[in-house]
Amino acid sequence: MASAATPKRFPHRHLLAIEGLPPEDLLFLLDAAEAFVETGRRPRKRDDRLAGLTQVNAFFEASTRTLLSFEIAGKRLGADVVNLVAAQSSLKKGETLLDTALTLNAMRPDVIVIRHDRSGAVELIARKVDCPVINAGDGRHEHPTQALLDALTIRRRKGRIEGLRVAICGDILHSRVARSNFHLLAALGAEVRAVAPPTLMPAGIAQLGVIPVTAMDEGLAGADVVMMLRLQLERMDGAFIPSTREYFATWGLTEARLAHAAPDVLVLHPGPMNRGVEIASSVADDIQRSAIAEQVEMGVAVRMACLDLLTRDRREAGS
Amino acid sequence: MIPPPLLLRGARLLDPASGRNEVADLLVAERSIAAIGSALSAPAGARTVDAGGRLLLPALIDSCTFRTDIAAASAGGIATCLLMPDQSPPLDDPALIERAERLGKPRLWVRPLAAATRRLEGRELADLALMQEAGAVGVATGRQAIADSAVMLRLLRYAGGLGLVTVTHPEDPWLAAGAVATEGEMATRLGLSAAPAAAEAIAIARDLRLAALAGAPLHIACVTTAEGVDLVRAAKAAGADVTAATAPPYCLLSDMALAGYRSFARLSPPLRTEADRRAVVAGLADGTIDMLASRHDPRSSDEKRLPFADAAPGDAGAATLLALGLALVHAGALRLERLVEALTLAPARRFGLPGGRLEAGAPADLLLLDPDAPWRIDEDRLPGLAGNTPFDALPVQGRVALLVKGGDILVGEGPGG
Repeated sequence: MASAATPKRFPHRHLLAIEGLPPEDLLFLLDAAEAFVETGRRPRKRDDRLAGLTQVNAFFEASTRTLLSFEIAGKRLGADVVNLVAAQSSLKKGETLLDTALTLNAMRPDVIVIRHDRSGAVELIARKVDCPVINAGDGRHEHPTQALLDALTIRRRKGRIEGLRVAICGDILHSRVARSNFHLLAALGAEVRAVAPPTLMPAGIAQLGVIPVTAMDEGLAGADVVMMLRLQLERMDGAFIPSTREYFATWGLTEARLAHAAPDVLVLHPGPMNRGVEIASSVADDIQRSAIAEQVEMGVAVRMACLDLLTRDRREAGS
Repeated sequence: MIPPPLLLRGARLLDPASGRNEVADLLVAERSIAAIGSALSAPAGARTVDAGGRLLLPALIDSCTFRTDIAAASAGGIATCLLMPDQSPPLDDPALIERAERLGKPRLWVRPLAAATRRLEGRELADLALMQEAGAVGVATGRQAIADSAVMLRLLRYAGGLGLVTVTHPEDPWLAAGAVATEGEMATRLGLSAAPAAAEAIAIARDLRLAALAGAPLHIACVTTAEGVDLVRAAKAAGADVTAATAPPYCLLSDMALAGYRSFARLSPPLRTEADRRAVVAGLADGTIDMLASRHDPRSSDEKRLPFADAAPGDAGAATLLALGLALVHAGALRLERLVEALTLAPARRFGLPGGRLEAGAPADLLLLDPDAPWRIDEDRLPGLAGNTPFDALPVQGRVALLVKGGDILVGEGPGG
């Protein structure tokens, strides 16, 4: 056991992915986030530990809630937060990307939060800059802070993660949220199911330590947590499903379907929701079972923890 | 100007065409091999090179390259390359064929492959007979397969009628559309768009069947999967007029090389599984896969240092072709004679090229090789237009001591070396 005088550290420069992080690092992040939940519930929410530091949110793909969440998290910690929103069309952005990274770097930020629509793009930028980088979502690859906020929400509601049956349902093929959650929940000992129609189920999924299920009712059976994914119609350039009408009829989360899950099931959704496509409004708005609003609150706490932990070295070096 | 005679003394001659594998002397005169024998005497004015038992092979014939890159080819012991029609503009016109051939002179024999269809669009046949007359040695679909089976059948019939081999890219274009990796665990972990490996078998099966229907010769440009190897093996056993090639990455790497989004491992076709890799090596060893090609595709770092899916596919393979082939030999996976055949005689025979053999009267395209000399592949120092190799930092063996093309010494002792 580490003594209180020598706090444990997060021993990584960046937060680019959940894959590869050992359980102790994940728990350390969750514990750190837990402390910031209370900060957010005070009337005066400012905590100036990042005062004087510059946080750049570089979003190369459209985002509302994640950008807002990182901005609020940075401001509550007292950082000077700057947003660069440069959503581009999907083609021919490569050289501009590294040039942008070098430009950003030359402005000497203390932490950069990046979202990009290409898998691996955030890691590519991270190799070119001198400060910590937080991945706010790269293509279909990972969205680590989302998985952390999901885990924090689950842990607070259920008291644990180990041993829970978690069904992650819907458009898994295109989902970075699903990939980060697979790694995180499996590392913390949950039984994770990937529930999707065969056309939206990626190959080799069982090797990621999750159980693939291609029937919704079977996937929901006895689940303690149901995480619905947004149907990413904008990432589909072909017919993966016949129609949203048919998708809701076979894969939508309704009251009737949810009856297959455990009686005290917890329903999550990373947002933004397509009501009537992957989730019925009556389920989404059920304050007993739905933790969707709470996820948003936990998001701010998780991002405060990540910003705090990743900038700790440079704060200490500079003081 | 005709270079002076050249006498290579005491080399171990390895010639798959004749089965020769013995220490002998070889005399070059008038740009051709004049004599092979023991204790040949040097004619007046001849340059004499003491080979000291090193390997003497026909200079390599690279059966697939995407760019004319003389420095890379020479460093790799290549004196002849078959140039794919995917140039800018595509080689779909006799004038472009003539120009492509000229661009290699005098250091590299460039043997262009005619674009099968206009602008390589896969719809209308290009002027194949006129391009044949201009010097095209075959016809190729380029980086992609022809999607329309009716067009492919007409192409095979028409090219077959001219005596031209049709070179096809084996990936079903519908399945491969938008994919940058092979479907499986690695692509799923990285979140990359992927196509099933069967995209290759589906394309090969179709083209084998169409070629049989047309009674036309078919060459599969790059076999990379176990299922693809099996299809070619079965077709050959049934007597089909088919040949195939592969490239070193598919013999030495699997899709594990994509870890960390290494865009230098972004290839077309994409890297496959370890089981596929082993099947490709076995197919090359038993002759199911006839040729080993560089698929040389130099790319600037601007085209490669990008998010994986945006990076241009392809690797610079000419300078490392022989050393990587020898790595398979040194590993015991391939006999040296088979490797040399795959790099010389097999393409010469299939495409009706001079060279590729050591015999009196053949062109003096020769390679003297130090098969054990060690070096390390270094992307920053790779000869040629670019260093985009997935084999950076790999220690290899086998160095070109002397490269002779048409009697001129291009690499090694003497001018130009």
